[in-house]
Amino acid sequence: MKKYIYMDNAATTPVKKEVLEEMLPYFTEKYGNPSSVYSLGSMSKRAVEDAREKVAKALGANPREIFFTGGGSESDNWAIKGVAFANYDKGNHIITSKIEHHAILHTCEYLEKKGFEVTYLDVDEYGIVDLEQLRNAITDKTILISIMFANNEIGTIQPIKEIGEIAKEKNIYFHTDAVQAIGNIKIDVKELNIDLLSLSAHKFYGPKGIGALYVRQGVKIDPLITGGAQERKRRAGTENVPAIVGLGKAIELAYTNFEEKNNRLIKLRDMLIEKIKSNIDYVRLNGHPVKRLPGNVNMCFQFIEGESLLLSLDMEGIAASSGSACTSGSLDPSHVLLAIGLSHEIAHGSLRLTLGDFNTEEEIDYVVEKLVKIVERLRSMSPLYEKVKEEK
Amino acid sequence: MYSEKVMDHFMNPRNVGEIEDADGVGQVGNPKCGDIMKMYLKIKDGVIEDVKFKTFGCGSAIASSSMATELIKGKTIEEAMKLTNKAVADALDGLPPIKMHCSVLAEQAIKSALLDYSRRHNVYIEGLEDINFDEDHHHHESDEE
Repeated sequence: MKKYIYMDNAATTPVKKEVLEEMLPYFTEKYGNPSSVYSLGSMSKRAVEDAREKVAKALGANPREIFFTGGGSESDNWAIKGVAFANYDKGNHIITSKIEHHAILHTCEYLEKKGFEVTYLDVDEYGIVDLEQLRNAITDKTILISIMFANNEIGTIQPIKEIGEIAKEKNIYFHTDAVQAIGNIKIDVKELNIDLLSLSAHKFYGPKGIGALYVRQGVKIDPLITGGAQERKRRAGTENVPAIVGLGKAIELAYTNFEEKNNRLIKLRDMLIEKIKSNIDYVRLNGHPVKRLPGNVNMCFQFIEGESLLLSLDMEGIAASSGSACTSGSLDPSHVLLAIGLSHEIAHGSLRLTLGDFNTEEEIDYVVEKLVKIVERLRSMSPLYEKVKEEK
Repeated sequence: MYSEKVMDHFMNPRNVGEIEDADGVGQVGNPKCGDIMKMYLKIKDGVIEDVKFKTFGCGSAIASSSMATELIKGKTIEEAMKLTNKAVADALDGLPPIKMHCSVLAEQAIKSALLDYSRRHNVYIEGLEDINFDEDHHHHESDEE
């Protein structure tokens, strides 16, 4: 088979072997329903509770504060809608940011139609929320602040501790979408004053379709899915036992040898950024140089369009992602790139390469080598590049 | 997502470049939308002797430009005027619905270059009277991660 290089680990990751092995028995011989009283059922129940403990341990939470969901989007929906509907008597105001994932943004827009008011905070050129603006946005009607831990596109890490302190001081619930952060950043929910936190297993070598919401004890929240008494009546539906087992194993692995893996990724990331910068003109790094996810590289290549970059990379066996309009599915390029102040035409030429545990230094060299040629070819075809060449 | 023909014309585009002493040059689209096509025509005795293009845009924009140049090279002005965006898309074995605007842009780029030719050379070309290069030809809804 042709060499295949996967550099889209922020989109999803492969399930690690150790994770899959733990999951497999729960599809076949250990198939019991955790709610059943017989031993086959309690075997599944134990597996679910074991996974819950692993998630709790990774976050510094109590297992009773962890609820399994169908993934990151469900966790985000539940946190926002659940808190909004349960606390409507206190107020109808929510504060979030302009660079949240659509699972947050579209949920907030939905709530606006239902009579809630939402403030979307600006971010600076690096994608960091303005704490002063946050303080000023708080009113006596504010019931929830939801700010993502780290951004999925540009990798910027938010000042979560400071936001948590502000929320605590004002007695407002604080939710963070940590889908990109889990496995990449050490998180202690108590230390950071986080009331609700969303996570998704497939971003850290677990299976797809499974996630969790951490809900601090005492937080008033309505269920999103009603029905049976699973998850202590907070989330109905028969537990996806194999996936839950996979999530538990994946999060445990993610925080094993954490420093070592983290340092390796940061080294690879900075190497990739440096090599691109030194080999290609008219590029810019999007996001913060240091306050960024260890595996995230997001750069704009002037005069070319992102989708043609992705197609060309794919022809060379390289999987990547872009925030161009043609790949985002709307007229506008990525809302994140626009929020950090990029013009439409610059934002169209963005490329996201996200590294993971399986990427190597050799792959970095290969990708840079191919990227140089691809950018050169696409620029030679671009009418926007002509002028620059003439001016040179 | 794309046909083999689209990928072929994207990876090996025909007629890329500029014509220094072009008889007509047209540019359509804008960087805000993410695609710009620039078309150069060399015309002699009413026949398009040579055509070149430069495109900033996605894979289907580049492939549509390439295919459009192939379809009009060696043709008369009248024949080139009859080229529709659908013909460009069909020649590429189809484009995804959300990418059809790229073929529209290719048709418009040719007409824009012909308009430039007609103005510069004082030649009347039937069908260019009420041409309207509508940039509001977008777009789509789809999935994301």
